Amino acid sequence: MDFSYLQKYYGFFLNGTMITLLISFFGVIFGVLLGVVFALMKLSKNIILKSFSAAYIEIIRGTPIMVQMFIVYYGLPRLIRMDFEDLTLGIIAVSLNSAAYVAEIIRAGILSIDKGQMEAARSLGMSHKLAMTNIIIPQAFKNILPALGNEFITLIKESAIVSIIGIHDLMYNTDTVRGNTFRPFSPLVVAAAIYFTITFSLSKLLGIMERRLRAGDSSI
Amino acid sequence: MIQVFDLYKDFGKLRVLNGIELKIEPGEVVVIIGPSGSGKSTFLRCLNFLEEPTAGEVIFEGVSFKNSKNDVNRLREKMGMVFQQFNLFPHMTVLENITLAPRKVKNLSKKETEDIAFTLLKRVGLEDKAYTYPNQLSGGQKQRIAIARALAMSPDVMLFDEPTSALDPEMVGEVLDVMKKLVSDGMTMVVVTHEMGFAKEVGDRILFMDEGKIVEEGSPKEVFSNPKHPRTKDFLGKVLI
Repeated sequence: MDFSYLQKYYGFFLNGTMITLLISFFGVIFGVLLGVVFALMKLSKNIILKSFSAAYIEIIRGTPIMVQMFIVYYGLPRLIRMDFEDLTLGIIAVSLNSAAYVAEIIRAGILSIDKGQMEAARSLGMSHKLAMTNIIIPQAFKNILPALGNEFITLIKESAIVSIIGIHDLMYNTDTVRGNTFRPFSPLVVAAAIYFTITFSLSKLLGIMERRLRAGDSSI
Repeated sequence: MIQVFDLYKDFGKLRVLNGIELKIEPGEVVVIIGPSGSGKSTFLRCLNFLEEPTAGEVIFEGVSFKNSKNDVNRLREKMGMVFQQFNLFPHMTVLENITLAPRKVKNLSKKETEDIAFTLLKRVGLEDKAYTYPNQLSGGQKQRIAIARALAMSPDVMLFDEPTSALDPEMVGEVLDVMKKLVSDGMTMVVVTHEMGFAKEVGDRILFMDEGKIVEEGSPKEVFSNPKHPRTKDFLGKVLI
């Protein structure tokens, strides 16, 4: 395979990677923030919050991200009569999608904690909020870290979908290079290698974090 | 100190507590016995509103509680509870387990809470375990830590929900010893247990519960040697004393 075109086109890959990282970074941040909100809503006793969150999660999980991307791209500016940068719309769509999956992961994590933990905390006079922040969430976080890491990796890969609305991310620029050089195949290998490098580093990083968190867990 | 009026608890269609009336004096040790499903644990959990009573009232130190919307956190500060399954916080060391609530709820300083913790650890004989995590402890040790954790809030009453039922037989003694020490210190206690020997030895008053009601109550001598109600006779005839 001949990669000599890289001399001329390496900038395309570099810039595309930056955009992909940018979208993934904000996608993860907003995805987690929104995900926590949706998870707490779905766990709350308020029937309106609960059903809203449940409906949201079902709809996002039950429709393709490609459709969601177009709906946000064409629908959102019209709905709130405001112009957005394409990049902003891309980040919004990716975050909204990720939030649904993160919400389910967090909800499952919180429910997985034995109910005796909450009872013990409450029996000591702690408020629900104190018990959540000191007892339940730290334990839940440790349990969901692998699933959450998996979701982050999915998000990075799925962020390639933003290329359909013309955002110059890694996938879009790879296509450009394929066209310009008349090489349909080898730029894809470069793109795959870059995506893999990103996700593999992230997965190693999360692995280290997980081991640190498990420090107190060695049992007899 | 604690007064209970006409307490009812339903789980769906099932009536678990069926009109409980009780008065507990300061310093009293009340032991609740009875068959499984008689509502003993539910009753205990209604006292600190871990279980919300369907109807009825609990008056604790002069303050009335009808449901968990009243300030139950203040009530719980003064009412320590020990669970069958210990429920220690696994992500924290023993010391952190004990100091967390006094620090967060009472806003005591780290130094103050650690002093309290070490005094209590000494009292339950586990001062060398301060920096270990719960899963490195035996069941008996876990339960002694759970008792210390509850005591760290300096409660006026201690509730024990079958504290020795999840323990290996050889560890029951060490937990009962800690509880006996508490009794001799004058702690007010409500204990749900199947340890009849313990009930007989330290109980000031025995309550026998069946089908959500207090069927019989009296001194250990009255209840164990001369039970009046046929259900009590039947139950005591089946358990080893």
